[in-house]
Amino acid sequence: MKKIVKYVITDILRNKIVLVYTLFLLAASFSVFSLEDNSSKGLLSLLNIILIVVPLVSIIFATIYVYNSAEFIELLVSQPLKRKTIWLSLFTGLATSLSIAFFIGAGIPVLIYQANMVGLTMILTGVLLSIIFVAIAMLATVKTRDKAKGIGAAIMLWLYFSLLFDGFVLFLLFQFADYPMEKPMIAVSAFNPIDLSRILILLQLDVSAMMGYTGAVFKDFFGTYIGIAFSFSALFLWIALPVWYATRKFNTKDL
Amino acid sequence: MIIASNVTKQFGKLKALDNVSTICNKGECIALIGPNGSGKTTLIKSILGMVVPDSGFITFKDKNILHHWQYRDEIGYMPQIGRYPDNMTIGHVLNMMKDIRNKKTSLDEDLIKSFSLQGLLNKRMRTLSGGTRQKVSAALAFLFDPAVLILDEPTAGLDPVSSEILKDKIIAEKEKGKLVLITSHILSELDDLVTRIIYMQDGKLLFHKSIDDLRADTGEDKLSKAIARVMTK
Repeated sequence: MKKIVKYVITDILRNKIVLVYTLFLLAASFSVFSLEDNSSKGLLSLLNIILIVVPLVSIIFATIYVYNSAEFIELLVSQPLKRKTIWLSLFTGLATSLSIAFFIGAGIPVLIYQANMVGLTMILTGVLLSIIFVAIAMLATVKTRDKAKGIGAAIMLWLYFSLLFDGFVLFLLFQFADYPMEKPMIAVSAFNPIDLSRILILLQLDVSAMMGYTGAVFKDFFGTYIGIAFSFSALFLWIALPVWYATRKFNTKDL
Repeated sequence: MIIASNVTKQFGKLKALDNVSTICNKGECIALIGPNGSGKTTLIKSILGMVVPDSGFITFKDKNILHHWQYRDEIGYMPQIGRYPDNMTIGHVLNMMKDIRNKKTSLDEDLIKSFSLQGLLNKRMRTLSGGTRQKVSAALAFLFDPAVLILDEPTAGLDPVSSEILKDKIIAEKEKGKLVLITSHILSELDDLVTRIIYMQDGKLLFHKSIDDLRADTGEDKLSKAIARVMTK
């Protein structure tokens, strides 16, 4: 398994897109931190960039990469290797390189300007988001044979998680405005890793005071150890379930 | 060595393999013959585990290949269309394969030499012509001295000289007691290679005979004529 991961990572590095992505994150983070005089305000701006860019780049890059590796996968499948090994190596290679790119691009500036609990939470959630969206991309590629369809599905999934889901939540809130929706909202937020990450980080910042009663309920829940444990387990489930299901599908896929 | 029992595979409405059963023993050189789309490549891919049959099973050395993967260590496979990662060089591909197979015994680099691939080691796979790709595929199939060779249209796209080199190599390996499975449409080539014939049509295995039986049955000496007689019957 280690060998294949090594080949995947060298191939991704040769591809240079990940390098550009790292440089972009570096430029964005440093400029955001130097624009704001208050580094915690800078962190807030960076948060918004990260929650859009990291999932988008991770899901699109991983989807296209897996489709382009069709030949590589075909070559390996006829060799004495377990399919599971091949698939998980591909996942590990992609997840590792995108996480490292995120860590260098956004993690290091954050550590320089804001090396506290909030900064660390942000780095951790950013890394987790990179891995989650690689996992979702692997699921999208294994389900569709057609490249254009698969990439389209990946874009739709990203749109869903970053825009549509919030619209859906707002709709729910308005429809059930007469009912106490704060507690169910906690459960609903677990269905979107981006929202979950946003809540996790915002609650560590002082701005959570501005989120009204829902914010208070969130703080009550996500502020506790149980709440933090809950959200991190939800994020880990977002990695484990897609990877598990995609591996199962890949095991019986015709190549 | 390889036993297929009632293997069936369906792609949508198309029955690619329909209840195929056969036995391949070592020391034989078996030709898989049939019109285009008769399921030859699907059968080969099922043996390699690249296609998972809907029903039936395949055993390799008395072990069901489902959920097994170590058996592929003993197979050298040359695909019909060799597809390799575009930005790897020939050298990279060869080294990666050696690294993955991690074989302790000596490697069989005859074909790399006789196809003079050493001079091309730094060429990227996307820049190669179809014939050179085929040479790389062939070299890879023979490189690890496997007990079973599965060659899907080995000479398609090769020039006459290389094609002769490959044929000699196949005969030499057969003499060593290996099992060789070949598909080809150029029947005249197979005449001096094969010992048995598997004939497939529309996913069904029509017959599996030794070449002598086939000659006796049809009264034709040349394989191409004998098969033509079977096809028109």
